[in-house]
This record gives sequence, C-alpha cells and structure tokens, in this order.
Amino acid sequence: MELTSNKFVKGLLLNRYPQYTVFIVMLAGYIFAILAGLIGTPVGSRNFSIVFVWIAWWAILILVAVPFFGRGWCAVCPIPLPGEWFQRGAVLSPPDKKPKRLNLRWPKALRNIWLQNVSFLLLALFSGVLLTTPNITGIVLAAMLFTAIGLSAIFERRAFCRYLCPVGGFIGLYSQTAPIELRIKDKQVCAACVGKPCYNGNENGYGCPWDVFPGGLTKNTYCGLCMECIRTCPHDNIAINLRPFSADLAKPSTRMDEAFKAFIMLAAAMIYAGVLLGPWGALKDAAYNVGASAWFIYAIIFLAIIFLVLPGLFTLGILKTKSALPLKRRFASLATALIPLGLMFWIAFSLSFVLTNAAYIFASLSDPLGLGWNLFGAANAAWQPMLTSILAPAQTLALVGGLIWSARTAQKAASEIKTSSIPVVAFCFITTLVMLWLLL
Amino acid sequence: MKRSELLSRILITIAMVGAVGTPLIIWARTPLIHAQVAENGGWSPDVIHANAGEPVTLHLTSDDVAHGFAVGQMDMQSVDVLPGKVTDVTLTFDKPGIYTFFCTRWCGLNHWRMRGTIEVSGSNADLEPAPAPVLNEVEAPLYVSLGLDIDAPHDAPIIPSHQPSAINGQQLAANLPITNYQSPDYYRSHSPYQVFDELSTTSLTGSQRWDVVASIWQSNTTPESLANGQRLYAQNCAACHGENGAGDGVFADKVAADFGKGMSSANNGRPVDFSDPTRMLGASPALLQGKILRGGMGTGMPMWGSIFTEEQIWDLIAYLYSFQFNYY
Repeated sequence: MELTSNKFVKGLLLNRYPQYTVFIVMLAGYIFAILAGLIGTPVGSRNFSIVFVWIAWWAILILVAVPFFGRGWCAVCPIPLPGEWFQRGAVLSPPDKKPKRLNLRWPKALRNIWLQNVSFLLLALFSGVLLTTPNITGIVLAAMLFTAIGLSAIFERRAFCRYLCPVGGFIGLYSQTAPIELRIKDKQVCAACVGKPCYNGNENGYGCPWDVFPGGLTKNTYCGLCMECIRTCPHDNIAINLRPFSADLAKPSTRMDEAFKAFIMLAAAMIYAGVLLGPWGALKDAAYNVGASAWFIYAIIFLAIIFLVLPGLFTLGILKTKSALPLKRRFASLATALIPLGLMFWIAFSLSFVLTNAAYIFASLSDPLGLGWNLFGAANAAWQPMLTSILAPAQTLALVGGLIWSARTAQKAASEIKTSSIPVVAFCFITTLVMLWLLL
Repeated sequence: MKRSELLSRILITIAMVGAVGTPLIIWARTPLIHAQVAENGGWSPDVIHANAGEPVTLHLTSDDVAHGFAVGQMDMQSVDVLPGKVTDVTLTFDKPGIYTFFCTRWCGLNHWRMRGTIEVSGSNADLEPAPAPVLNEVEAPLYVSLGLDIDAPHDAPIIPSHQPSAINGQQLAANLPITNYQSPDYYRSHSPYQVFDELSTTSLTGSQRWDVVASIWQSNTTPESLANGQRLYAQNCAACHGENGAGDGVFADKVAADFGKGMSSANNGRPVDFSDPTRMLGASPALLQGKILRGGMGTGMPMWGSIFTEEQIWDLIAYLYSFQFNYY
C-alpha cells in the first residue's frame, strides 16, 4: 500500500518545513541532553540525559520506532544535522552556489558496517558506566555530534550515519523487519532517468545523503528515510509503502558484516539481560568497574560470547548441512534468521527496564537538571515500577513470538539457499530458552 | 541567500542559543550545596557564609547516596539530603561565630568526615546581648580542668561477676552515708571502679558495692536523658560501636582495617567495646567526655565537640554506662 499516494502525506514529505521543525526541536533537545549530562545532577535516575536518552528515547526507539517505522528515527535524528548543514551550505533547499567542501569519498575498504559493529561494541562494553553516569553520557553524545560534524567536513554525504553510528547499524539491521519501506515505483523509469538526481541532487533537493541509489533499493538497511529522493525525483517515481512485517528478510543477506551485526545484537541483549537485570552482583561490579581487572575479564568474556561462542555454536550447527554453497555464504545467509529473534530479545529486555524505570521520566521532566525545579509537579514523585503484572507475559510473548518469527525466517532463508533450517531453528530455540531464563 | 534560508538559520540560532544558554544561566544562578561521601569530597562548598540575624536558605542536594544535614550545637531537626533531589533549609543564626554542619546519615566509612562550617558574621548590635569575649567566657571542659590524660590506660582492676543492679543498689544505699557520692560533680569526676573502691570501707560485699555504684550512676541521670543519649548513640555512634555497644557495628571491620594501626591493642584495632566492663568501669564520665569532645586521635573516632552540646554529651555518656548497669 503506497502511503505517498495520499496527497496530504506526500505534501508533508515534500515540504521541508515540517521536517525542519522536527529537526530544530530534536537538535535543541539533544544539545540540552548534552548540557544536562555535563552540568546536571550526577545522579543518573534524576538527570535528563540519562533518563531521556537511555530510558525514554530507548523505549521509543526499540519498542516503537524500529519495529514499526524501521529507520524512522534516522529520519529525525539530530546528530548529522550541523555537519550536514555545513556540508550543504544551507539548512533548507540546495543553495544556488554549492559551497567548496572536501567531499571526499569514504574509503572503499570501510564501505561496510564493521566500523558500526566496533562502535556499538565499544559503547556496549562501557555501558555499565555510560548508562548510569550523566557526564559520560553527555560526553558521548557530544562526541557523536562533533564526530559527525568532522566527518561531514571531510567526506561526502552522511558518512557518520552510514558507516560509524553505533545506533544506525542495528537500526538498519532491524529496519528490514519493519512494515514500512521507501522504494521506487517503476524500475524502467529509473533506468531511463538522465542525471539520476535522486543520487546526485538537483535544485529541489540533495543527492542521497546515505549514498544509496534508490533505483537499486531492495531492503531498508541503508535507506535513512530522509525523503530527499522524493523531493528530487523528477518522475514522481519514489514511494513510501506499507508492507508486511519482515518483507526484506525473504531475500537473505550475503554479507558477513551484517551477519555479525545480527550476532552482536543477539548476544548483547542476552548479556545485558544478565548484567543489568540479573541477580549477580559480581557481574554487575565487573561491568561497572571499567579499567579494573574484573572488567577486563568481563570484556573478554563479552567479546568471546559475541565473536566465538554464539557464532561458533551456530557454525557447528550448520557445518554438516548439505548445501552447494560455501560455509561462509551459508553462515551469512542463515544468520538472517537471527534478525527477528534479536529484535524481540531487545524488546523483551527493554520492556523490563523501561517499565521499571519509566517513573523517572516524569520526575526528570519536572526537574531535568536536578536544580530543585518542579515544572510539572512530579519532581518528588516516588519511584514505582509500571505494569509489572503484564511484564512477564509480555516478555514471554515477545520471546516466543520472536522464536516463531525467526524459525519462519530460517525456513525461508534455508529454502533460498537450498539447505536445512533445522540447525538454525535449534540454535534459536536454545538461545530463546537462555533468554527466558535470564529474564523470567 | 534566500529569505527563507536566512529566517531558518536565525531560528536555528535562537533555538540553539536557548537550548544552551537557558540551562547554563539557570544553573549558574542556582547555588547548590552538594553532598558526596567523604571519600569523594564531602560537602561542596564546605564553607558557607551568613549574616547573624538574617535568614539564610541553603539548597542541599546529594550527588551519590542519602545524606542528612544538621548544624552542630543548634536546636534544629536534621533534614534528609537525597540523591538528585534538592532540599531547602532556612536557618537564622542569632550570634556571629563559626558553626559546624555535618552529615547525619551513615553514608560511608568516613561519614564523620562530612563536615563543613558556616561562618556567621555581623554585628551584635541589633541582636541579642553579645556574649562576653570568648576566651574569658568559655569554661574548660571538665576533663581539662581535672587534668585527665584521656589517652592513658584506665582499666578497672576488679569487675563485677554479673551486671550490677541499680534497683538493688538503691535499697542498699538507703542505709549508707553516701550522699556526697551522688552529687553530679563527684559522679562526673570518678570512675565506677573508684566509687566501688571507696565503698570498700562499708560492710557490703563486692557484688553489693557494684549495685550501689549502679544506683549512684542511675541517680545522676533521668529516663529523658537516657532516651536522648540513646537517640544520639543510635544516630552517631552505633555504626561503628554497634547497636549494643559491643564494638561490632556495620563499619567495625572496615574501621579496624583502615585505622587499626592507630588503635590500642586492647581493641584489636576495632572500635571501643562499651560492653567491656574492664574498660568502661575504669572510665569516669569526665574521661569519656574528653574522648567524645576531642575524638580519637589517629583513629576513626571523630571529634564531637563542635557538634554536640554539653548537655547532649552528658546524656550520651549516661547512656554508655547503661551497657554496664541495669538501671531498671
């Protein structure tokens, strides 16, 4: 179903002002979050930066934005804006005269999501401190903003979003499951199009900031839903469509960086469930005491689970299956089945701490810097977990649903490459059992 | 540049300046007093200035755990200072001087180091009659005027075989000429063992003499004083010395590990055991007053001279002896 066939929706996307308005609000909020982290109370549960970034934003992202809108967050993310405005020399439509910028091409060897895998792992390894310490959160948010500005000053398009953003990597991975997509309407129109303004830009808009040629889009992973191509396409050949969930997964990935992203996310959800929600004090201490010998052991185990244990078990499972394809290709393709499972793991995990900590959102709104304000009368509201009665059933539903979803995806992926899906389903089953044990 | 572009840039600039400037200005104009466990700096700032006779409002917040706030030797209820929340306290100081404020919650091993000062300045002209010059007015504490060496060993050579009973002692004392023993001056300047020793001229048995000593100690306190002493003890002493005075409070092990070298070997490096009769029955109230006022040099024992009033110290001492004597 084409959403852009609706005149109101189309008008909303073509007009720059609605998006611009959201951008201003998001950027102001982002900068306020940085400041709150740096000058506000160091008590995480009372600081806007921690509460809004790691509780409110995370809840919206993983429970709503990613599952239903794919890269919807990327469409309004404020991080690339200052750099992009500098790069473009404008904040609205393209200027009459292009500014002189370096606009270098991103190095070919790095045109993958390995750097995003690394940046996510770095944040994940330090998450014990990052998620609880406002000034660290403030510094990381500022570092992301300035890195994006720096990369925009050197490289063309949104190099930070496409290749480095620790969040963008997994949003892209899971956006394949979302029931929304940006696609072309007619391939022939794109093939015949002169100048490819969707990629190169024209007077109506900029060339794809995500370095994607929309005519070749087959999955959501690298489309940031910035809507520039809708503005630049002279043939009205770009559409936003509603579609069934996980439509992109019908065609399994062949890339190892994406396969490992699936493992990283799956394993990280399990480790977080153990560290942040589990009853093991020593494990928590190890994760929180960055730099201590216990933390190094934790980091080694963390990385070993992600890069050795889970991929190793997965490989052992598929090793003996009959297939004409090499093991590496089978590994990459079958790992596609882990995408819905990983997403549901994250949803189940996030439900737990979001419902537990949501009460802090109201207190933090009333006194975002911990200065004694009471803007909305909730500054002294007592902490109380929310909807605890539905938590366990909801988590179970998410995990079991994820398992079924992954099993179905595994069948399709295995069928596509003509091999057995049983080892993958078994792997998903075992990991789901572990996650159930960790959460319930 | 197009007009729309210019307006957009202006709007962005306004929004960003607002997002940065507004919180910065408000933050700079909100002087908070931050509390952190002593290991991380204690109170910040730890010196506050005020004017005598003028109300001063303090905005207190904790950056880590729950703390409490009170001003020593001042009639005020302590207030909680909770993590990330701001507690406002308004104080009015009648007299110029230097006041000590302190944490009233056991926030960590070095809790007692969480102290700061409020320097109250101003003329007394509009206030209450000024006190006489400080040096002439202040009386030396009793332990000083008695010339006690509060660090000298003071063990009782003889201790009772069971806890002395004040009730029994009252009946026995009724027939004894011991009125002078019951005066506050005598009580404060003598240890229980000294009184026990002086009672050796009577026909009482050792056990009976200890009962009489208990009754003398009881006669120098009141249920209200004991209750006040108990409250002070629970609030300020129990974490190290233990709820029952046995030197086994929740911080006792950590104190022994951190300050053990500075402690007398009799304690094995642990906080003093008030349930130990050898130690307690050899100590006079004046000697205990000295230890409380000054603190234990080189040990984890804080000095309480700037915190407790004299009356509070005597109440606390009376309560300490209740670990030895059965008053009721």
